[in-house]
Amino acid sequence: MTTFTATKRPRPQFRNLNFPLLLTYRLPLAGWVSIMHRISGAMLFLALPLLLWMLDLSLISELSFERLRGIASGFLVKLVLLFLIWGFFHHLIAGVRYLLLDLHIGIDLKSSRASAMAVYAVSLPLTLIAALRLFGAI
Amino acid sequence: MAQSARGIGSKRLVVGAHYGLTGFLGQRITSVVLTLWVLLLGSSVFFGPLTYETWAALFAPLWMKVLSLVALFSLLYHAWIGVRNIWMDYVTPVWARLSLQTITVLWLIACGVWSVQILWRV
Repeated sequence: MTTFTATKRPRPQFRNLNFPLLLTYRLPLAGWVSIMHRISGAMLFLALPLLLWMLDLSLISELSFERLRGIASGFLVKLVLLFLIWGFFHHLIAGVRYLLLDLHIGIDLKSSRASAMAVYAVSLPLTLIAALRLFGAI
Repeated sequence: MAQSARGIGSKRLVVGAHYGLTGFLGQRITSVVLTLWVLLLGSSVFFGPLTYETWAALFAPLWMKVLSLVALFSLLYHAWIGVRNIWMDYVTPVWARLSLQTITVLWLIACGVWSVQILWRV
């Protein structure tokens, strides 16, 4: 058996993206889906204690249930909740898209572009319905 | 790469994915569990009036508590992989990454303990 020791070469680093470029580069739609998937995921992670607290209040007793209803009737609270609902729907729908991509479904350029569009076409109307429901329109 | 600077095991990876496939698969499997749980919750809330009685009754059976706990633990594992990836992408100093990862794990464990209490108090 021969032993082979590779000489350690420094790995090439391509740091060609700086902050001003980040502002001018235009992301493709799938890129927006991707970064928003990450942002919404981080947001949901940060909101976890809030969500658990709400689940707790909703389940302890009828009294705490009504208390939660009272808290959630504030306009600002509703806005925060709507923001989280948007994040949740985006994360969920984009996640389904990634699962399909992992199964090699729709990986060609045309269909991946269409599915990126579909993520918005599904998650935004769902958020709108939730908004209408939240603010009492329906 | 994220390696300690010197000493014993200086070539060893201290923070990182370690076993990429486990995390990759784990994140995807937990995402399916979460989707199903959310659909179950969503459908039972959507069809019918949402009162305390109906909501609490939904979580009353043992199977629902167990199912919900499995879903919440899935959420924690899912969140761990995701947040770990974020730290690995943007935080390069080993000490900072290790600290953030440690805080994340402890935080998620705390949330897990809390969810047991939430579910079993109903």
